[in-house]
Amino acid sequence: MAVEETNSDNQKDAGDMPTNTQRPNHAKTVGKLVFVVVAMFGFGFALVPLYEVFCELTGINGKTSDTAAVYEPIEIDKTRTITVDFITRTNTGMPWEFKAVTKRVEINPGELSEVAFYVRNPASRDIIAQAIPSVSPGQAALYVNKTECFCFRHQPLKSGEEAVMPMVFYIDPQLPEDINYFTLQYTLYDITERVDEPVDVAMNSIQGR
Amino acid sequence: MATVTNTPADTHTADHGHDDHHHGAPKGILRWVLTTNHKDIGTLYLWFAFIMFLVGGAMAMVIRAELFQPGLQIVDPNFFNQMTTVHGLIMVFGAVMPAFTGLANWLVPMMIGAPDMALPRMNNWSFWILPFAFLILLSSLFLEGGGPNFGWTFYAPLSTTYSGDSTALFVFSVHIMGISSIMGAINVIVTILNMRAPGMTLMKMPMFVWTWLITAFLLIAVMPVLAAAVTMVLTDKFFGTSFFDAAGGGDPVMFQHIFWFFGHPEVYIMILPAFGIISQIVPTFSRKKLFGYASMVYATASIALLSFIVWAHHMFTTGMPVGAEMFFMFATMLISVPTGVKVFNWVATMWRGSLTFEIPMMFAIAFIVLFTIGGLSGLMLAITPVDFQYHDTYFVVAHFHYVLVTGAVFSIMAAVYYWLPKWTGKMFDVTLAKWHFWCSLISVNVLFFPMHFVGLAGMPRRIPDYALQFADFNKWISIGGFAFGLSQLIFLVLIVKACRKQGEPVTDQVWEGAEGLEWEIPSPAPYHTFDTPPVVK
Repeated sequence: MAVEETNSDNQKDAGDMPTNTQRPNHAKTVGKLVFVVVAMFGFGFALVPLYEVFCELTGINGKTSDTAAVYEPIEIDKTRTITVDFITRTNTGMPWEFKAVTKRVEINPGELSEVAFYVRNPASRDIIAQAIPSVSPGQAALYVNKTECFCFRHQPLKSGEEAVMPMVFYIDPQLPEDINYFTLQYTLYDITERVDEPVDVAMNSIQGR
Repeated sequence: MATVTNTPADTHTADHGHDDHHHGAPKGILRWVLTTNHKDIGTLYLWFAFIMFLVGGAMAMVIRAELFQPGLQIVDPNFFNQMTTVHGLIMVFGAVMPAFTGLANWLVPMMIGAPDMALPRMNNWSFWILPFAFLILLSSLFLEGGGPNFGWTFYAPLSTTYSGDSTALFVFSVHIMGISSIMGAINVIVTILNMRAPGMTLMKMPMFVWTWLITAFLLIAVMPVLAAAVTMVLTDKFFGTSFFDAAGGGDPVMFQHIFWFFGHPEVYIMILPAFGIISQIVPTFSRKKLFGYASMVYATASIALLSFIVWAHHMFTTGMPVGAEMFFMFATMLISVPTGVKVFNWVATMWRGSLTFEIPMMFAIAFIVLFTIGGLSGLMLAITPVDFQYHDTYFVVAHFHYVLVTGAVFSIMAAVYYWLPKWTGKMFDVTLAKWHFWCSLISVNVLFFPMHFVGLAGMPRRIPDYALQFADFNKWISIGGFAFGLSQLIFLVLIVKACRKQGEPVTDQVWEGAEGLEWEIPSPAPYHTFDTPPVVK
């Protein structure tokens, strides 16, 4: 479109341009092109929020919501049983021991279920962790509603401490028909250096063992 | 096509009255540092690209020497990774792209009847920042910890969490390369849109000008996105942001989306000008007009537009919904339609033509055949389930080397042979050129064709060692590689001889069937051409 527009300008210019002493208006063209360049640089950064919104709407990157859902008693779909596996891993350089106490649940959509994860900090320093969830296949992530999860906030543990962290969730009965089995994985990251809060803040959701 | 009725100022000495600021080329090194002449800058770009081609080629020789035999032989794995990374960066940003920009500088003004590029001072800048970009990149190889080793695609977290401190130098050099490309592209667009000779409508422009116009639009659309991506890598690594770090709420897969949103149009940036070159050469030596000129223009534009909606075919194995995989698979396959139109038109141009096989034509025909092989392996890679098998194997390496070496690089060589006599006024050494062509053609296929087989058998790319069953093929691949590398030294000798103006003088038209404004000016092309625009009918 821009091409045609400038072309008509140019043909007008070219008509009364017997020598190159009369130069066509380059500044205007350059201005438009520089605008495109700046806009595309901005677009590169705009892709970050766009990506996040897109993934939140479609759930295709397997991230579950990071805020608590409110459980209103809904009809439990007794005709379907969904198997959910729980997997844990720690990021490179993260020394914690991290295990799923409940390895697997088989639940009906709409049914509230509580599972637990065990952590221990064997390192000689205090560490703040952050758990990042990932659901596979990713489409199921939209239908996992957590009413309570340790992953909603940071998880601080002093050196040598251990804890059991609960997670309460239910599966939306709207879960697509073809998904009967999915995996929920948590990865623990060491974020001690990123956050300012002191490690001795009590971990609210932890019950001692 | 375009015929000239009036070129009074072709020889600038003829009317010296109104433009006494014009003079011949100044002497000495400052001529090259301060020049704003499109021909000088074109020459600088082409020499720079050729030097970078030899430097990047030397790195490829290190890679092939290491892979000559299984086991770790010559270099340590970290250095091997630096070689694959910097080889890719140099060939893409240092050799192929500057070579095309150099050709655009030399040819676009001469083809559209303009006296120079629209923005000559910016032209000087866009070239002269380039050597510094590559000096920075290459110097990082000699620092403690070495240069970039995460592949030319610099995937996060390899380039953020696991990279060395030299990443800052890498980011800085990519920024400079990007600024250079953007300035070059703006210059090309303004020149083509504003400075065409009277009567040179858009649909009368030579195909090389058309393909470069579209390429330049691709450049200004995606190079800023690359700049954004490297900036995010820089802040993630050094300033504590979390664009690509899951612990801070980011997503490493998002890096791949942003990178390939740049990266896929980038591969067309490296092939569309090649299409233009072939579309100039084939008609000349077929002594026919280009078959389907308008369809060539529309096919080029379609390829450029489609290139924005296929990026995720590089990422099939990252885990995507089936619907998205289907979309990207079919969109990718759709690109083969306009590409097929182009190949058909080239063949149809040759059909019943009065063919002769001068050196540029031999390279052009080799391009058509070998680029099509690369295109077909690309179609195989587009098929999602098949890609799961081929992903990150030597099959991919074979594919993109067929489209980039026997595609883009062969087209650049064809272009150099085609226009070199116009630039120097002398015919190049045809015997050396024949040696160069046949040695290159044979060795390049020994080099890249067996990569298909080892790739299908599962040999992974970017690994300094391999399983024993791949040993025989890799030996042949390495031999082909060394032969191809040495063949380019023939080219170097030929170019040096040509630059020293050795050889038989040529006519203004140079090639019997050549048509277009650049063949109507004297050979060698005077320092200033088209001071008064020609009238194109």
